[in-house]
Amino acid sequence: MDLESLIENVLNALAAGITIGCIYGLMCIGLGLIFGIMKVVNFAQGELLMLGMFSSLYLVTGGGVLAFLGPFIGPFVGAICAGPIVFVFGALLHKFLISRVSGLRTAGSIDDGHFGQLIVTLGISLILQNGGLIVFGSTPVTVRTPLASRAIEIGPIYGDATVFLNKARLIACAVAIIVAIALYLTLEYTRLGKALRAAADNPTAATYMGIDVNRTYRIAFGAGCGITAIAGGLMATYLSFGPFIGLDYVIIMYSGVVLGGMGSILGAFWGGLTVGFVQQCSALVLPPQLQNAAIFVVFLLIVMLRPQGLFGRSAERA
Amino acid sequence: MRQGAAPRLKRDLTALTIGSVIYLALSACVTNSYYQLIMTLVPIWAVFGVSWNILSGYGGQLSFGHASFFGIGAYTVTLALVYWNLTPWFGIPLGMAVGGIAAVLIGLPTFRLRGHYFALAMLAYPLAILYFLQYLGFQEVSMPMHRDHPAAFLEFTDPRLYTVVAVGVLIAGIVVCMLIENSRFGLALLALRQNELAAEAAGIDTRRWKMRALVVSGMIAAAAGGVYACVLLIVTPDSVFGMLVSAQAVVVTLFGGVASIWGPVIGAAILVPLAESLNAELGNVLPGIQGVVYGGAIIAIMLASPDGLFWTVRDRWFPKPPPAPIPPLRSTVVPRAVAAPASGPLLRVEGLSRSFGGLRAVSKVSFAVGTGEILGIIGPNGAGKTTLFNLLNGVLSADEGTATLAGETMLGKKVHQVCRMGIGRTFQVVRSFPRLPLIDNVIVGAYGAGLPDDQANDAAVRALHLVGLQDQSGIDAGQLTNKQLRLMELARALAGQPRLLLLDETLAGLGRDECNDVLDVLARLREQGMTIAIIEHTMHAMMRIADRFVVLDHGRVLASGLPRDVVEDRAVIEAYLGKKWLAKQDA
Repeated sequence: MDLESLIENVLNALAAGITIGCIYGLMCIGLGLIFGIMKVVNFAQGELLMLGMFSSLYLVTGGGVLAFLGPFIGPFVGAICAGPIVFVFGALLHKFLISRVSGLRTAGSIDDGHFGQLIVTLGISLILQNGGLIVFGSTPVTVRTPLASRAIEIGPIYGDATVFLNKARLIACAVAIIVAIALYLTLEYTRLGKALRAAADNPTAATYMGIDVNRTYRIAFGAGCGITAIAGGLMATYLSFGPFIGLDYVIIMYSGVVLGGMGSILGAFWGGLTVGFVQQCSALVLPPQLQNAAIFVVFLLIVMLRPQGLFGRSAERA
Repeated sequence: MRQGAAPRLKRDLTALTIGSVIYLALSACVTNSYYQLIMTLVPIWAVFGVSWNILSGYGGQLSFGHASFFGIGAYTVTLALVYWNLTPWFGIPLGMAVGGIAAVLIGLPTFRLRGHYFALAMLAYPLAILYFLQYLGFQEVSMPMHRDHPAAFLEFTDPRLYTVVAVGVLIAGIVVCMLIENSRFGLALLALRQNELAAEAAGIDTRRWKMRALVVSGMIAAAAGGVYACVLLIVTPDSVFGMLVSAQAVVVTLFGGVASIWGPVIGAAILVPLAESLNAELGNVLPGIQGVVYGGAIIAIMLASPDGLFWTVRDRWFPKPPPAPIPPLRSTVVPRAVAAPASGPLLRVEGLSRSFGGLRAVSKVSFAVGTGEILGIIGPNGAGKTTLFNLLNGVLSADEGTATLAGETMLGKKVHQVCRMGIGRTFQVVRSFPRLPLIDNVIVGAYGAGLPDDQANDAAVRALHLVGLQDQSGIDAGQLTNKQLRLMELARALAGQPRLLLLDETLAGLGRDECNDVLDVLARLREQGMTIAIIEHTMHAMMRIADRFVVLDHGRVLASGLPRDVVEDRAVIEAYLGKKWLAKQDA
């Protein structure tokens, strides 16, 4: 490989890493929100991503409500609309299932209810994956937009080396950043945001201060699901997907959230960005089949090499 | 074997024999080859569940990646047959060995993690292996047929023989599980699941027991995977390393009953035929029905009876017999000789410090405890008393300083190692094993000290008599009162034959009468020559019992000496009651 094409490959990997990384960042925020506020490990987060993809698909293609928006704007509006849909779904999940194994109900039990949460969300994940197979079928689909095959060319930078920025990904990345900032501002500056942070810090004390912690948790869980679903909708514009896609991404999400510091929303975004960046850059050196394996190895390394310290309290009070 | 395990073992073995005979007779009558396959799959998934149960049910180390071991077993058997022409009769033991090695390799790094981090990390292993095998080109490996000596290669024309093999593996797995359940292995796992720090402080090397559980579990899972490959004659990464495989183990065990020998068997016997027949009937129309059934089953069981069917049925229709009376002493154990060190005190602490960020929680603390002495460590909230104990028994590491027990250094050791040096500890907030009977809570302490079974039992009984809880020995710790829990912790520490007791606010939250009862017990211990360092807020109680005081404030030793002198020390009064009060007194 000569220098020119090497430089071109590296620059394109970097560009793809940053755009995809931002979308991963948004995806991780959804999970980080749920863990940060409720301390619930949601195993079914990947399936909510999948639901976001399919929501967007059914909204904007075929006879969908948003089909009139056309293939340029439609997919992105669809992605954003997937948020509220999955928000409602998540809130219902919380009302009927999650709330029974989390929150004030399990605070102070042997393991704060983590066992129950892991099992129930594993069950939800199995039902959504396989239920998705029944409802959506197994053929991979994608939300088609002509933008996915167009690129902005920057360069030539060195010789003939040119950076291609995929337009679909670029817009998706911009939408992801806007949604992330909007969420951040909501959490920092609104009453609801304060209630969410209070409930995260000390649910019992928040209850005494008149905050309806259960309702707050429901909103947090729904919002976490919705945010991840938006990211799913955005990814659907450049990715072909099926009902089992969640499995590949749940590990990516956890890597990002753990890397960014479990519990920190902003950290989750940076974590997701880093993981996406590493994944895209690994394409330079690894054969495509091993890229997914590489993600798992990276995940294991992250979890092993950064124990407690960066993500949560280390020593429990004896 | 633990004391009193024989009757239960006998009962379970009888049930196992009868159950297997009936099952085999039943399967001999089935001629439809599809139902025959289901009859074979039930014991395979049951034994896989048994393996998961050992690590995650008894030990509480939730693994979502048990497919790693199942798949390793399946692929080892298949590849050994394909490339080396090795018969599965040897391939399965080989797979078990590989599974055991994999368990060590996986366990070494992963046991650094706890709780959900552990569960998630375990999930990543089978998925990583899955992609790696696809990369290596093992998408689909089928077992070559051997027409000459089929039986020598575990190939049968009569599918019923596969059922016999699968049931054989299941029986072996169940027997292993029984042996574990009725030995100190099982008690250690149950204890560390319910309260890991308490188990450590009672001298249990939790890391080692977890590792043993994972290795045993991995070997059993590999055996299940090996048989599975032989039955299906073809392996793909998805069918043996996939998410649904890991979920099988979790689902059948949780549904049937966690931490029960029969749980996985019951779960598999109900769910596997249900899911398989639904899959056969509706698989064309509803392709994922099996996963939906499993998902629904675990959610339903988690919400309705979180411990699983076995326990619910047992509690409902077969209530636990009244606790057996406390076993009498069988041998008179001589308590560990309280050999005074040749010179100097038993515990000597010098210049001990520990900071958290900018906060010096413990700062250059020095004191000593003589043999047979009761030292009261007092001080206001946040003075660093509990941190001091955490440094001494290895929960925290010290920044500087030394601590020696009879001349032997205590620092830099793990919690259970410190315990084995002869240091018993109780906690500010009681750390019990709530679902174990009182006597077992105490026996954990005796096992932690490394006593053999009969002596451990006697030590526990003696400790219970000593604290006056002999009549409550059969009650689960979760049902004890606060005072009884405090005494239980004391008994657990005593059962480990300690040379020194570290008691952290043993009197906290007790009424005056209860307080007196506990103080009486401490006085009795002193008569027997026990050395005690006790943390307490309340001067009042401490004046009655302590020989000497050390007063801590803001991590430093403020004063030490005889109780009378210390309570009149101006610095101490100021720390407790404030400058103003002191000024008022002077005025």
